[in-house]
Amino acid sequence: MKENGTRLRWPRGHLRHPMRPSMALLRKDLLLERRAPEAVPAMLLFTVTTFVLFHFGLGRDEVAGRLAAGVLLVTLLFAAILGINRLFVSEQEEGGFDGVLLAPIDRTALFVAKACALFLFLALVELVAVAAFSILLLGPSPWPALPGLILVLALLNVALAVVGTLVSALAIRTRARDLIVPIVALPMLVPALIAAARASAPLLAADGAGALPTKWLAVLALYDLVFGLLAYAVFDFLLED
Amino acid sequence: MHGKRLRVLSLATLAALTATFALVFFYAPLDADQGFIQKIFYVHVPVAIVTLIAYVVGGVFAALHLRTRDRAWDLRSYVVIHIAIIFNILGLVTGAIWAKASWGHWWVWDEPTLVSFLIVFLLFATYQPLRFSIEDPERQSRYASVFAIMAGAFVPLNFMAVRAATAYVHPRVLATSDGGMPSQMALTFVVAIVAMTLLFALMCTYEITSKSTSWQLRALRRRLLGDEAVAPLGRSAAPAVDGAGTGSAPARPRGTAEATS
Repeated sequence: MKENGTRLRWPRGHLRHPMRPSMALLRKDLLLERRAPEAVPAMLLFTVTTFVLFHFGLGRDEVAGRLAAGVLLVTLLFAAILGINRLFVSEQEEGGFDGVLLAPIDRTALFVAKACALFLFLALVELVAVAAFSILLLGPSPWPALPGLILVLALLNVALAVVGTLVSALAIRTRARDLIVPIVALPMLVPALIAAARASAPLLAADGAGALPTKWLAVLALYDLVFGLLAYAVFDFLLED
Repeated sequence: MHGKRLRVLSLATLAALTATFALVFFYAPLDADQGFIQKIFYVHVPVAIVTLIAYVVGGVFAALHLRTRDRAWDLRSYVVIHIAIIFNILGLVTGAIWAKASWGHWWVWDEPTLVSFLIVFLLFATYQPLRFSIEDPERQSRYASVFAIMAGAFVPLNFMAVRAATAYVHPRVLATSDGGMPSQMALTFVVAIVAMTLLFALMCTYEITSKSTSWQLRALRRRLLGDEAVAPLGRSAAPAVDGAGTGSAPARPRGTAEATS
């Protein structure tokens, strides 16, 4: 009895670090995705298929500059919608929300964990997507553009993760969640897409990679900051029942 | 309760709109380049300004709703956004007409006001479907407020991003209002803004009054005739309001069967 009692108690200092619950939730999500891959393979297949569709839709073998940036980023945006749709499905169907509400942790821990998970999923998808894009469609060599592109994609991923997590949580308990996610998330992500496309277009230019436009990186970073803070502040209200 | 305020506001709006149109047609000078069609500016720009401010105000009301838990703020936020969507459509249409008249195309992508207007419209057009797809009224108002706050913050950010991304063709009316616009035009413009703001406030007051009156009526009916006399509520995108003053809480549509398991 006594031994049981001590074992059931939280270890001392276990919850002291504020990021600890988030990390536990994130580990859970990554484990789930590793054991039963669902979102990432679907997003990957979708991306490559969309590149093929763009090839035929545009009637071009190679793209460069703003066209290349547009094709790559719009494809990633649509792929992200797939991931956003699935983000809270396990919470909704297997009682994960109740688990988080019952646990003595801050509710925003779930937001941080989900946004991190979405960020990592997107990064994983982009790893393959950018490679596939440079082989299938991109005209100029991808290597000189790579450092700048990584920076742009990282900032875009933050935007997608933050807005996506919030919209996903907003839509998961509505009657038409698959419809709500794209119609809400896509217009909200327009400024992020504008900034990311403008920032990455000179990198993919046909006549060699140009300089990274810092103005657009700043706009993207501002978007991340504003929506990150806002989403963090209002996420609590989505988990109140 | 709203009667007196409504009458004063209606008369003030009527007077302001009459004054605006009188000034537009008989006082403001014809534009040297664009001629008569330029006068649509006195409708388009005030409508656009009122719409954008209203979206932000809707977000502020939503934040107040989440803070105070007072459902009245949700109603205000809903009504302001609802009317703002109508103004938004009006702004898009007048903008398209103006674009056709002065540039020869119905749609001009390098006009930041029009483009960001379209994006903002697309975002806020999802407000009603979002509300409609949530049945539990309490959760509906909470989720709608979260959306309204995000979307309210989105408006200025979007405006900035679109403006930075487009070449300047659009007449910079406000930037040059001191030097470029003749004082007669400026006066007309100011009166037009006042009139559109009043019109917006009037429409909001009407909708709030109508909604709370029908709720009051509902509550009174239930009290007089019993629960059976009042038809159950269907699903609605509009927030349910307390019958003002009667103290009886509105019935939830079809109970709270959707509670989480």
